[in-house]
Amino acid sequence: MISTAVISGFALALFAPAIHRFKPAWSGGIFALLPLSLFVFFFSCISEISGGVEIVESVSWAPQVGAAFSFYLDGLSLVFALLITGLGTLIIFYSGGYLHGHPNLGRFYTYMLGFMASMLGLVLASNVISLFIFWELTSLSSYFLIGFDHHRESARSAALQALLVTGIGGLALLAGLIMLGLAGGSQEIYQLLGQEDIIRSHPLFVPMLILVLAGAFTKSAQVPFHFWLPSAMEGPAPVSAYLHSATMVKAGVYLVLRLSPVFAGSAAWHTSLALFGGVTMITGAWLAIVQTDMKKLLAYTTVNGLGMLVFLTGIGTPLALQAAVVFLIAHALYKGSLFLSAGVVDHETGSRNVRELRGLYRRLPLITIAAVLAGMSMAGLPPLVGFIGKELIYESVLSAPGPGQLAAAAALLANALLLAATGVLLLRPFFRRSTAETDSDSGHRVSIDLWLGPVVPAAAGLALGLLPGLLSGTLVSSAATAVAAKHVEVHLSLWHGITPMLVLSLVTVAFGCALYVAYISKESLVDRWRWLGSAGPDRWYAVGLEALKALAHWQTRLLQSGHLHHYVLTIVLTTVILTAVTMIRLKGFLIPSTDLDVRAYELFIVILMILAALVAVRAKSRLSAIVAMGVIGYGIALIFVDFGAPDLAMTQFIIETMTVILFVLVIYRLPRYRSISGRGSRLFNGVVATASGVLMTCLVLVAHGVREGSRLSEYFATNSLLLAHGRNVVNVIIVDFRGMDTLGEITVLSLAGIGVYALLKLRPHAGIKGEKKQSATSELEQESTDN
Amino acid sequence: MQPVILTTATRYLMPMLLLLSAFLLFRGHNLPGGGFIGGLVAAGTFILHNFAFGVQETRKLLRVNPLMITATGLLIAMGSGVVGLLTGKPFLTGQWITLPLGKGEGLHIGTPVTFDIGVYLVVIGATLTIILALAEGE
Repeated sequence: MISTAVISGFALALFAPAIHRFKPAWSGGIFALLPLSLFVFFFSCISEISGGVEIVESVSWAPQVGAAFSFYLDGLSLVFALLITGLGTLIIFYSGGYLHGHPNLGRFYTYMLGFMASMLGLVLASNVISLFIFWELTSLSSYFLIGFDHHRESARSAALQALLVTGIGGLALLAGLIMLGLAGGSQEIYQLLGQEDIIRSHPLFVPMLILVLAGAFTKSAQVPFHFWLPSAMEGPAPVSAYLHSATMVKAGVYLVLRLSPVFAGSAAWHTSLALFGGVTMITGAWLAIVQTDMKKLLAYTTVNGLGMLVFLTGIGTPLALQAAVVFLIAHALYKGSLFLSAGVVDHETGSRNVRELRGLYRRLPLITIAAVLAGMSMAGLPPLVGFIGKELIYESVLSAPGPGQLAAAAALLANALLLAATGVLLLRPFFRRSTAETDSDSGHRVSIDLWLGPVVPAAAGLALGLLPGLLSGTLVSSAATAVAAKHVEVHLSLWHGITPMLVLSLVTVAFGCALYVAYISKESLVDRWRWLGSAGPDRWYAVGLEALKALAHWQTRLLQSGHLHHYVLTIVLTTVILTAVTMIRLKGFLIPSTDLDVRAYELFIVILMILAALVAVRAKSRLSAIVAMGVIGYGIALIFVDFGAPDLAMTQFIIETMTVILFVLVIYRLPRYRSISGRGSRLFNGVVATASGVLMTCLVLVAHGVREGSRLSEYFATNSLLLAHGRNVVNVIIVDFRGMDTLGEITVLSLAGIGVYALLKLRPHAGIKGEKKQSATSELEQESTDN
Repeated sequence: MQPVILTTATRYLMPMLLLLSAFLLFRGHNLPGGGFIGGLVAAGTFILHNFAFGVQETRKLLRVNPLMITATGLLIAMGSGVVGLLTGKPFLTGQWITLPLGKGEGLHIGTPVTFDIGVYLVVIGATLTIILALAEGE
């Protein structure tokens, strides 16, 4: 059932463009039905899962390497699955309105549904290899989504940046997961969860930890890898909303939560998570304030939220993990709503600049309500679920082992900055009266597919804040239990009485308001800090990418000279040196002293070939060189006939003929035949050629001697008719025993054909002066119409 | 201007050469021959036609773009591998059935034969793609 849930998304993604073409006006609603039904399915699992049941499903994939498509549903996966499908429903429905009439909307749904299915697979995967596959699939589908407006250069480079950063992290993760599997003796996560003692004492523990964290930190945009996330704002609003609320960046958080029972207890794990998370949450909130673009501002608050989640996982007490789960849910709800609201603002006004936008509450009343509710949740104000999350965070920080005051101060600073950022985002754009515009367009009607997306998660945030019992007994406790690996009792409420947490909350609000007022009065000072966002790691990335390109260019120039004789020389010389060195090192040059009885006509053929080779070398015209080469080829074919290999001989004859035809076809295009190499290089070429010939002769003689040892040809000879129903051993090897090789070869042959065709036919018209060069694509179109 | 001897000879040779190529293809499993050799012979036949009548005529005779022949061949080769998968065996495992012809005789048909047909088509397609493109020039 779980595997069906994952596969259904991929299956629908395949047919999305066709369905969209069939009913373009309704497609958003149609596609939203799939995540909706998946949401209902996972919702119905809540009671079973919170009762302590864990569901495991497995489909064998490559048992030799322990890889399987196995799925595992427990409290933690369930929370993520509900967020992915729930927000997925709203966001896909919203996409229909937001990108209404976009020419590539069908393709957009493919990416979006694929994205959802990959993320669902990731959080449900039990096998570490399949987890890695889904992990990479989310990177890949987000690449397509961020670069959806691919005609813009900035969108393309942002997509590439996201792919490279998360892709490199993904490779590190693969290595880490394989080590984890080796150490724990299983590739299945639910089996690894019980092996923490063995894993922690394993010699590979520290490298494994570093590699897994590298994967998680790049994906979840922790400092110093946070820069790709704000760049990813190049994608359309629904993409940003999904990427930030439930998918992609949450994958890293999921991973650290999932593996928390395995790694918890090691100081390295707790310290690095708390440190990176703490720095990230403060950096994110600070950089958020200085932004003017709504989406960029929100992106940095996501960096803050992700830092907070990693930070809490690092603290690692049951209370902190419980706070992480509640904050995860709160964050997903308010972030989804805010991004979709920003999308509506952009869609209706054409601007996302918080300095310019004014009086949105008149034009978009419903969106204003949604944005304010979500914003209050983000700022951690009662009675929203964000407030409960923040209280829990303070409670866990205060009771944390180690430097509790420092952690509390960090959390307080981050939350106060976040509150100020919320003020920047909402207060002036929505509530300050506009001076220039008239109020004539007040009460602008926004269609349902645009307002439903922002309103529902905001309302859910309010409902869960007012009725925290909906969460505490079932979902949160089973998720926290899964992360803490022991039973966690959860009681959530809005009002705890006068507690240290409440005092901290009040201090946060006061501090945050002070920061906001300072921001308003000193905007020019704020602007001076904006360079921070573009400096730092983003710059390193750019420099690194340029250096990589320069290196690639240099080594391509070095290896790919474009001169055929260089290539041939390199290939032959490498072969000769490598083979000769190996043969000498292993003392393989044992040439058996058998007396070879050479018949007269064989000698005749060989002498003919040697003469032809000499003629080819000394030839003064290209045609005579080709003919001489042909003589050598036919000589080889005659030898094949003599030694009873008719298949080879036939092929050789035809290939020789084809080669001559090819030469004849191109010969008049080639420049005049002349000797361009000097005496020295000719001598060198001669030495290389002779060495290659001598080596091949030795190899053949050696191979003649060891032939007795090989049982392969015997196997083929005896089994050809028995197993493969064929008497021609050569052919049976080609089409049956070694069928995979042949498949590879014919694929290469096809590619070579396409390559030659492309080189000859799809060139822009060269040499026509004064005429604009036609592009290769238009040429192709012309070609297809001509045919 | 077309060389009379070549065109006349080609007219008579072509059917025989194509028949030979098919013959080589199908006898390949038990006697010297096979898809690769057969494909080369067939491609050579069309090249002969090209020399005698020109590229336009050869393309007309082929009716389809040689790239299509290549793609079809690859698809057939790949497809005959999938047959093995469907029966739960590894990719490209040979599958055989015997068609009864009456009088106790039967015709063995197997996926290696269809695979060889795929090879045959790829060889024809790729060779003709290259050679016809070269013959056409700019």
